[in-house]
Amino acid sequence: MDMTILRTEQLKAFYVLDVYGTQKVVKAVNEVDLEIQENEVYGIAGESGCGKTTLLKALYGAIEPPLRLMGGKVYYQMPGEEIDVSELGPEERRRLRWEFVSYVPQGSMSVLNPVTRLKVTYGDFISSHVSGKTREEALGIAKGHMAELGLPREILDAYPHQLSGGMRQRVTIALAALLKPRIIIADEPTTALDVVVQRGVVQLLKDIQSKLKNTIILVTHDMGVQANLADRIGIMYAGKIVEEATTEKIFGDPIHPYTRYLIDSLPRFGDKTTRASVPGNPPSLADLPSGCPFHPRCPDVIDICPEEMPRFTALAANHRVACWLARER
Amino acid sequence: MAFLRGYLIPRLVQYILVIFLGITAVFFIPRFLPNDPIVHTIAAIQARGATLDPGTMDEIVADLTEMYGLKGSMLQQYGAFWQRLFHADFGVSFFQFPTPVSRLVATALPWTAGLLLMTTFLSWTIGNIVGGLAGYFSRKRWSKALDTVAMVVRPLPYYIFAFALLLLLAYVVKWFPVAGGTSIGSKTAFNWPYIKDVLRHSFLPALSLTILGGAANFQTMKLIVQNVNAEDFVQYAKLGGVKEEKIVSRYVIRNAMLPQITGLALSLGQLFSGALITEIVFSYPGLGGLLYNAIVTGDYNLIMGITALSIVAITAAILVLDLLYPLFDPRIRHL
Amino acid sequence: MRVLRDLFRDYRFALSFCTLCLLLILAALSAFSPYDPTLWGVVPRDLRPSRTYLLGTDSNGQDVFWQATFAVRNSLTISVIAGTVSRVIAVLIGMVAGYKGKGTDRVLMFISDSLLVIPLFLIIVLMAMLLREHMNLVRLGLLLAFFGWAWDARVIRSLVLSLREREFTQTAILSGTGTLRLVLNEYLPFATPLIFSTLINNMAWAIGLEMTLAILGLVSMSIPTLGTMLQWAINYQAILLGHWWWLSTPIVLAVLLFVALYWLSVSISEYLDPRTRIQRVGAQ
Repeated sequence: MDMTILRTEQLKAFYVLDVYGTQKVVKAVNEVDLEIQENEVYGIAGESGCGKTTLLKALYGAIEPPLRLMGGKVYYQMPGEEIDVSELGPEERRRLRWEFVSYVPQGSMSVLNPVTRLKVTYGDFISSHVSGKTREEALGIAKGHMAELGLPREILDAYPHQLSGGMRQRVTIALAALLKPRIIIADEPTTALDVVVQRGVVQLLKDIQSKLKNTIILVTHDMGVQANLADRIGIMYAGKIVEEATTEKIFGDPIHPYTRYLIDSLPRFGDKTTRASVPGNPPSLADLPSGCPFHPRCPDVIDICPEEMPRFTALAANHRVACWLARER
Repeated sequence: MAFLRGYLIPRLVQYILVIFLGITAVFFIPRFLPNDPIVHTIAAIQARGATLDPGTMDEIVADLTEMYGLKGSMLQQYGAFWQRLFHADFGVSFFQFPTPVSRLVATALPWTAGLLLMTTFLSWTIGNIVGGLAGYFSRKRWSKALDTVAMVVRPLPYYIFAFALLLLLAYVVKWFPVAGGTSIGSKTAFNWPYIKDVLRHSFLPALSLTILGGAANFQTMKLIVQNVNAEDFVQYAKLGGVKEEKIVSRYVIRNAMLPQITGLALSLGQLFSGALITEIVFSYPGLGGLLYNAIVTGDYNLIMGITALSIVAITAAILVLDLLYPLFDPRIRHL
Repeated sequence: MRVLRDLFRDYRFALSFCTLCLLLILAALSAFSPYDPTLWGVVPRDLRPSRTYLLGTDSNGQDVFWQATFAVRNSLTISVIAGTVSRVIAVLIGMVAGYKGKGTDRVLMFISDSLLVIPLFLIIVLMAMLLREHMNLVRLGLLLAFFGWAWDARVIRSLVLSLREREFTQTAILSGTGTLRLVLNEYLPFATPLIFSTLINNMAWAIGLEMTLAILGLVSMSIPTLGTMLQWAINYQAILLGHWWWLSTPIVLAVLLFVALYWLSVSISEYLDPRTRIQRVGAQ
């Protein structure tokens, strides 16, 4: 049985903004409980603006004003002990980065230093975490790494602007895997890329996961990529996880009304009926509806929905839903 | 080679065109404005009490016409003007007749060059380093305090600031000499007493220029760094746990330098004017001091000479900076 | 107005706004001056500040305080003329260059860049020397305006370039709006806040230049401005004679004016720039 490598308890992370005297609180991550296993690909899916990126930042321990940790905990399972991320000092946190957990940010086209060659950037990441390596040794490590992943070695001598967007994305993913971290967090790695390049990126992620046997936490609104990569999927809505199950279950038997809309809106071969998308607009995270945040758009809303927030019902091992309807089942 | 064509040649052409435009303007301004330098000069001569009879007057007018390059048609004058320019011949100075203008300028130039080079270097590097750190640590109190100081210093014009400094440090507390480049009667020599004398005299003008230039650099660098700090690649390096010293030097400052180099090129004209004005306040024997004398005595040849030289020199300096820029920004190299 | 209230949250705007109001009141007081500023010897010379003569008297026999009111008024007048006329030039050139593009743009920007690069000070000195007799307040303002538009022409040009790409431009063109109307009616509102903040900067530059020219004796000495006041004081050896009240009045007023104008323009442009606005918001 695989072990839990990262878990959260009632995680709450809000943006607190001061707009010329009035305070605005954006509840981006609102009481999230997760248990992510070793050696799995965990996908997080949802619309834009539902809090996915903020959740990733919280998981990574990258909480900076105006984002504030309002409550809850994030735990990393290190060999021998479980660490509370919020208790870590800045230097400890810095050391964990890249060695235990690494990050592939959204829009990886512009994350590389434009005035230095790639090998220098790679060298910076290596030397900031591994001591005692000379520049040649670091370069050797980087080159070997590229070769392992099937990327051309000459890339390291290039400047970022000399590479295409897709290549830069792959370079960033390779960089994330450089120090063989136990967890890699990837935020929308395939967005803004054309389909052919997307395939290369997905393949790269698969190769890395199978080689390192580590965990990948993948955020994307593209359900096709989720289907391709994820073992389990968590559906996120308005700062909360509303359903979580294996990929097969999510696609085959979605329970939460929102998940059902998501899956139903995907095109299928041979099926020529019109696809319906979710009616209405996603709620503003600064002004959430009462009770279940989906109730204004839900086709099956019942009386209790606007009153109280539903808690998780476990439908099976590995399948839980936060919906009053599921409770009735 | 493509780089040469795409980058070097257009700039070279622009440089030549700007010099051409500037020098032509300098040529035409006195000739199209309602006042006649010759009339002015004769009035100045007469104001000194000399009475002139018509015969002598004609001779003087003819001589002055020759001296001011006003002989012949406009086209002939223009041609002659450029010809003399290539020989660095700006005619004869009225203020120190009969010394040629080029000799006066040559004597004054090293003083200005020394002052300008040193203060530009100091204000640019110090302003950038302090501004860079202040921009990176923009939330700290010392950063905000320095910013407020810069906000008060920066808008002051060169004259006022230099003058205030002169009053405070040379009159109120007599720490520094009041005027000049060297003490009266000192002999030019490469020995320590002479050098010390020069340094003492140039301290206040240098201080004035460095503080004003430094304040401006501080503020622009702070803003640039605050913007660069928010850039994706800096955030990414922080996410990656790259050590802070590396982030500050290689990610933030290296990138923030680029617009500052361009900024330096753009502000050279202003820095130069500022240096001249400061020299006037301290009666420093550079081009500024020369300019003041030229204005007071109505020496048009001298003013034209200084102006023409300044245009050529500043445009050349900007061209040099422009050509050095690709060394720092690899994105330009591969256009 | 909500805008004013938001601006006042910035201490720099608040301080500079009040300072400028005070200076404007000072300038307006000149209408009540009991003495004619162009005459000499209306009061005893070289008296220290006292109850009768608030800031003392100068070596010309003028009351320093009342001279100062005229000085502030005239310096402000020069800078307003210089600022507004150069704004008009900058807007015209910037908009034409940005809108027409290509050849017109290249030529106009070349002229503009040349003005930035060439040491303007010397050219202005040359012209001031030649125009010495004909110089008065308005002419000086115009002379300064003639050279002060280059930087802002570029700024306005960038604005027009970005506006040109926006949808509403296409819509306007397709519905037959003429170029002039398009530019004046549609683009100008975008440019107005920008123009306002650069106007203030330009005014400060104009006053600085006016003072420097006055010290060099290139301005008509009979009109009291901050620059000529200072020049008279220096000429009459105020430093050596210790007439600090005559010397420091124009300097202090000028410093207040420059710092206030600068703080005003910085706070306004930070308010307008969406990036710096977000930086003010958010960090707790």
